[in-house]
Amino acid sequence: MTLMKSLMGAAAAVALTAGAALAEPALIFDLGGKFDKSFNEAAHNGASRWAEQTGKTYREIELQSEAQREQALRRFAEAGLNPIITMGFAMADPLAAVAGDYPDTKFVAVDVNWLDAPNVRQIGFAEHEGSYLVGMMAAMASKTGTVGFIGGMDIPLIRHFGCGYAQGAKAVNPDINIVANMTGTTPSAWNDPVKGSELTKAQISQGADVIYAAAGGTGVGVLQTAADEGILSIGVDSNQNHLHPGKVLTSMLKRVDVAVYDAMKAGEDLQTGVFAMGLAEEGVGVAMDEYNAELVTEEMSSAVADARSDIINGNVTVVSYYENDSCPALQF
Amino acid sequence: MDKMPKWADVVLIPLISLILAAILSALVILAIGENPVEAVNLMVTGALGSTYGWGYTLYYATNFMFTGLAVAVAFHARLFNIGGEGQAMLGGLGVAIVCLYIPWPHWSIALLAACAASMLFGAAWAAIPAYLQAKRGSHIVITTIMFNFIAAAFLNYMLVNVMRPQGSQDPATARFPEAVHLPTFQSMFSTAENAVFKGAPANISFFVAILACFVVWALIWRTRLGYEIRAYGHSETGAVYAGISPVRITIVAMLISGALAGLMATNNVMGEAERLVLNSTEGAGFIGIAVALMGRSHPFGVFVAALLFGFLYQGGAELALWTSIPRELIVVIQALVILFTGALDNMVRMPLEKLFLGLRKGAE
Repeated sequence: MTLMKSLMGAAAAVALTAGAALAEPALIFDLGGKFDKSFNEAAHNGASRWAEQTGKTYREIELQSEAQREQALRRFAEAGLNPIITMGFAMADPLAAVAGDYPDTKFVAVDVNWLDAPNVRQIGFAEHEGSYLVGMMAAMASKTGTVGFIGGMDIPLIRHFGCGYAQGAKAVNPDINIVANMTGTTPSAWNDPVKGSELTKAQISQGADVIYAAAGGTGVGVLQTAADEGILSIGVDSNQNHLHPGKVLTSMLKRVDVAVYDAMKAGEDLQTGVFAMGLAEEGVGVAMDEYNAELVTEEMSSAVADARSDIINGNVTVVSYYENDSCPALQF
Repeated sequence: MDKMPKWADVVLIPLISLILAAILSALVILAIGENPVEAVNLMVTGALGSTYGWGYTLYYATNFMFTGLAVAVAFHARLFNIGGEGQAMLGGLGVAIVCLYIPWPHWSIALLAACAASMLFGAAWAAIPAYLQAKRGSHIVITTIMFNFIAAAFLNYMLVNVMRPQGSQDPATARFPEAVHLPTFQSMFSTAENAVFKGAPANISFFVAILACFVVWALIWRTRLGYEIRAYGHSETGAVYAGISPVRITIVAMLISGALAGLMATNNVMGEAERLVLNSTEGAGFIGIAVALMGRSHPFGVFVAALLFGFLYQGGAELALWTSIPRELIVVIQALVILFTGALDNMVRMPLEKLFLGLRKGAE
C-alpha cells in the first residue's frame, strides 16, 4: 500500500511540477479533437487567447474514449486544477456523477444546460436562433429557390441547427425547398471532408445554390466544393468566411471561444449556474467581415438586423427542436 | 519438422516485435522533443503503478479479450471476422433492452440475462454475413466490414428515434436502474479503511472474460466441434473429405464469433457506462484483430495480448493527461505495436527461422 501511495504521489508530482501554479484551469476537448476547425477548435482559440494575454498556463486533454470522460474529470480535479472546462453534451452524464465528489472544484459545461449541480457553470447556446438568421440570408441569396443543409451525425443537436435554419429560410420564402443530409453514423462523420464534398455535389445537382454545413471538419470539404462549383456556402461555429473569400456567404458564429475565455479569466471565482448564450448575449450570431462584404446586400443585412431584434424582443419565436423533438419547418 | 522451436514462435517473435515497436516509438517521441524515458515511466506508473491504473487497464483488457476471442475463433475456421465492432454494438443494444425494459431483482440474474441477450444479438448480426459466405460465397471480409456501418446506422436510429428519453439532447438511452449495476472492483475489493480501484471502471465482467477464455480453449481443443473447426481451417477439401460440412462450420464458427464480440457489451455498456451511448465500442472490435493476431489465436495468448493493449490504452490516457504529447502520437505508438505484431510478423519470423535452421545444421 505504501508503495502504491508513493507511486500515486509520483504521478501527481509529475502533474504538478509540469505546470506552475496549483490552481491552473483545465480544458477537456471532446472526441473530435482540438483541431476540428469548429467546436473544439473554438475552445482551443479561447484558451490560447487567455494564455497569451495573461502569460499563464492551462492543462488540456483530447479525449480518445468514452471511459476517459469520467477519468479525466477525476484526475484533473484530484490534481487541484480549477476550473475544469468540458466541451460537449456528452460530458453531462459523467459530470453529474463526478461533480458532487469535488465540491470545491468548479466545472464548466459547454453545451449543457439541464444538470442539477451547484458547482457547475452550464452554458447553453441558442444555435437555432443563429441558424435562423443564416437561413434567412441563404433564402435571400438563393436564385434557384433551393437551399441545402449538411449535418455531421443525425443527432438532436444537429437537428436543432437544421431546424432553425429551415425556419429562417421559410420566413423569407415560404415556398423554398430545403435539402438536408447527414454525413454519417460513426464519429468519423465529424471529420470527413471528402464525404462532405460528395454531399455538396449531390445537393447542387438537386438545385441547391446555398449550402449550410454544421458538420465540424467535414464542413471544410463542403465549403471547398461549394467554392469550386461556384455556389455559396455557410460556415459554422468559428468564423469561416476567410477560408474562401467571396465564396462563403456568412458563418453562424457560436462563441465557444468567448465562453471558454471568460471561464478561464474568472478562474476560481467563476459564477456557477445555468447561462444562456443567445443572440442578445452575442453568444450566437452571423459573421460579417471584409471577406463576405460584397455578397451581403443592404437588404440582407437590414433583414437580419430586424430579425435579430425581433427575436431578442420576443416578437419572433424560433422553435427549438428540443422542445418536443420535432421541427415545424423540416422533416429529418 | 518445425522450422523453429515452439517457444520461439510463441514468445520470442512477439517479444522482438514489441521491442522493435518500442524503439521506433521512442525515436518518434524523441523527434517531437519529448523525453521517451519519462514517457515510458509515466505510462507504466499510470497503467500499472496503482490499483486505479490497473482498474482502467483491466477494463480495457476485458473489452479486448472478448473481441480478441471473437476474432480468434473465426481465425481457426480461416474466416476473417472484421465485424466485431458491429457485433459488439448490437450486443450493446441487447444489453440495453434487457436492462431497461425488464425489472431485475438482482444484478446477478440481470448479468446472466444480459450475457444471453448480448450473445444472441451479436450472433444474429454475424449470422447474415455467415450465411452469405457459406451459401453464396460473398467474401466474409467485405460483408462483415459493411455490416459494421449498417450496425452504426441502426444504433444511431434506435438511440435518436426510439430509445432516447424524451427531451434529452444526448443520443443515449436512460441510465440503467440501480439494481442492474454490476459490482466494480472498487466495491468488490475495497475494505472500510482501504479503498482500492477508486473510480476505475473494471468490474465483474473481467471474470466473465476469463471464463470465456477457458470456454473457448475447451471448445477449440477439447470438443468435436472445435476439431471440425480447426480441420476446416487447415484444409477445406480435407474437411469435406472427412465428412465435415463447410456450410455448417462457417455458420457455426461465425455465430460463436459474433456471440463473443457481443459479450463485450456486458463490460462497456452494463459495467462501465451503465447506459448505451452512440460511440460505445470505440474501435475495440478492430483492436480485437490485433489481439488475436498477436495472441496466435490461442485464448491464453489473447489474454496476454489484451492485457498489453489495455496497458497501451490506459498508459496512453495518462500520457495525454500529463504531457503535451498530442493524442495523434499516442495513436501512432499503438499503431506501431499493431503493425509490428500483426502485419509485419514475417519480417521478424523469416530471419529467425533462418537463424534456427542454421543453428540446427551447425549442431548436426
